[in-house]
Amino acid sequence: MNIFVQMWRSLFRTGVTDSPVHRVFRVVVNFILHLHPARVSKNGIKITYTFCLGGLSVLFFVMTALTGGLLMIYYTPDVDKAYANMLDLENVIPFGMFLRNLHRFAAHAMVISVSLHMLRVFLTASYKSPREFNWVIGVGLLLMTFLLSFTGYLLPWDQLSYWAVTVGTTMAENTPIVGTKGPFSVLGPEEDMRFILLGGTSIDQPTLIRFYFAHCIGLPGALVGLMALHFWRVRKAGGISRPL
Amino acid sequence: MNDKTELKERLRLLTVIREEALLRQRDIYPREEKVDTWPNLVVKELIALLIFTIVLVVWALVQDAPLEELANPGLTPREAKAPWYFVGLQELLVYFDPWMAGVVLPTVILVGLALVPYLDPDPIKGVGRYAIGKRKFAAFCFIFGFTMWFVLVVVGQYFRGPGWNFYLPWESLDSPKEVEVALTNFPLAAGIAFLACYYILGLGIPAVTFQNFFWRLGLIRYHITMILLMTMMLVPVKILLRQVFHIRYIVETPWFNI
Repeated sequence: MNIFVQMWRSLFRTGVTDSPVHRVFRVVVNFILHLHPARVSKNGIKITYTFCLGGLSVLFFVMTALTGGLLMIYYTPDVDKAYANMLDLENVIPFGMFLRNLHRFAAHAMVISVSLHMLRVFLTASYKSPREFNWVIGVGLLLMTFLLSFTGYLLPWDQLSYWAVTVGTTMAENTPIVGTKGPFSVLGPEEDMRFILLGGTSIDQPTLIRFYFAHCIGLPGALVGLMALHFWRVRKAGGISRPL
Repeated sequence: MNDKTELKERLRLLTVIREEALLRQRDIYPREEKVDTWPNLVVKELIALLIFTIVLVVWALVQDAPLEELANPGLTPREAKAPWYFVGLQELLVYFDPWMAGVVLPTVILVGLALVPYLDPDPIKGVGRYAIGKRKFAAFCFIFGFTMWFVLVVVGQYFRGPGWNFYLPWESLDSPKEVEVALTNFPLAAGIAFLACYYILGLGIPAVTFQNFFWRLGLIRYHITMILLMTMMLVPVKILLRQVFHIRYIVETPWFNI
């Protein structure tokens, strides 16, 4: 066999022949594609049905995860260093600013696509039996998406992030009963909801490290777990919804 | 077949096959046209992936993520805004106290969303297509809430300047705004009466007018659905009360205000 033909063919474990059996085989034995069934309903793959919104949410998540991992190399969750790291990303590190831009904009895109995906699922009544609980998992994924974006907002440690997080955590202070300034408060400023979030009474080093952990490990871990469940249940419910 | 076996068979059918089971069965194994995932679906996914990767790469090349001065707890900026997707909640602070805008309403939204599949009484209507006309009430509630969230985001993001005053996007943020219309509160008794009437009538009138709807949902579903709906509607009601009638609180107590 010609060496170049051999190289080309070696890329495809299942060969390059096209036949119904090969098509099925290609999906079933492929690590990524096996998330899909080998055959799908014709209605479900119309662009105007799903607008690809679920898949795009995954794409944006993968983008944020990849760029986020690279950003972690240049970032120190230390109030004396974080902002300088941002300046380094902008001025010193090759493609540093591009990485940060891509990370931020993919996160924006993810918030939008997850919201629109929920709208699509609602309007096509796809939350109905047997998919009720998968909708609930989806609401969890929406919350995780918001929390991931919010915790990431603090990390650059500039005025924008500091005061945005101030606005957010002031709300926690006003939680009924468990917030120190909320109605029927029973807890002092050093034991309430805000204190737990901030790791103190003001936004400082303990807050940064908490948000850093939540943003890089806690929340992505929870998100990936919920995503796995979400996709599993889509498959087990017989694929995405279709007219009954 | 003798009588005994026939009876057994009938009992088996009666016990084993329930209506929902049939529905589930139909849903999982539909008699529907299928196509190969490869290449029909995979190609579409690849195209979507390429388009949006290119869009984001270009976006990241032409625009830079914002970075302001180093965080300074001692220097409050002219306008402190939450991240854009939470600005809608911040906008609600104009109309509600923080415990409502920042804690109770978001919680109600999340719980309400999670309850959606359990509140919808019809197991098959509209599944798998955009049949909004067949699900007018459900579609109205969802689209109304969804739109309101984003309208509040847009108002908070583009129409609010220093001191959270209303600025048109082309107005200079330096021009000071003389605002503070004198706001009044309902007297306590009137406020409580207003709120009580709001919920009692909001739950009562539809129950009498749309009895079919009421019985289809049943007592528990109906009450949860309507309480969630009326709580969502409290937002436009409060916006109206404040902007048109200059009323700040419906209920004002030493412990909490609504």
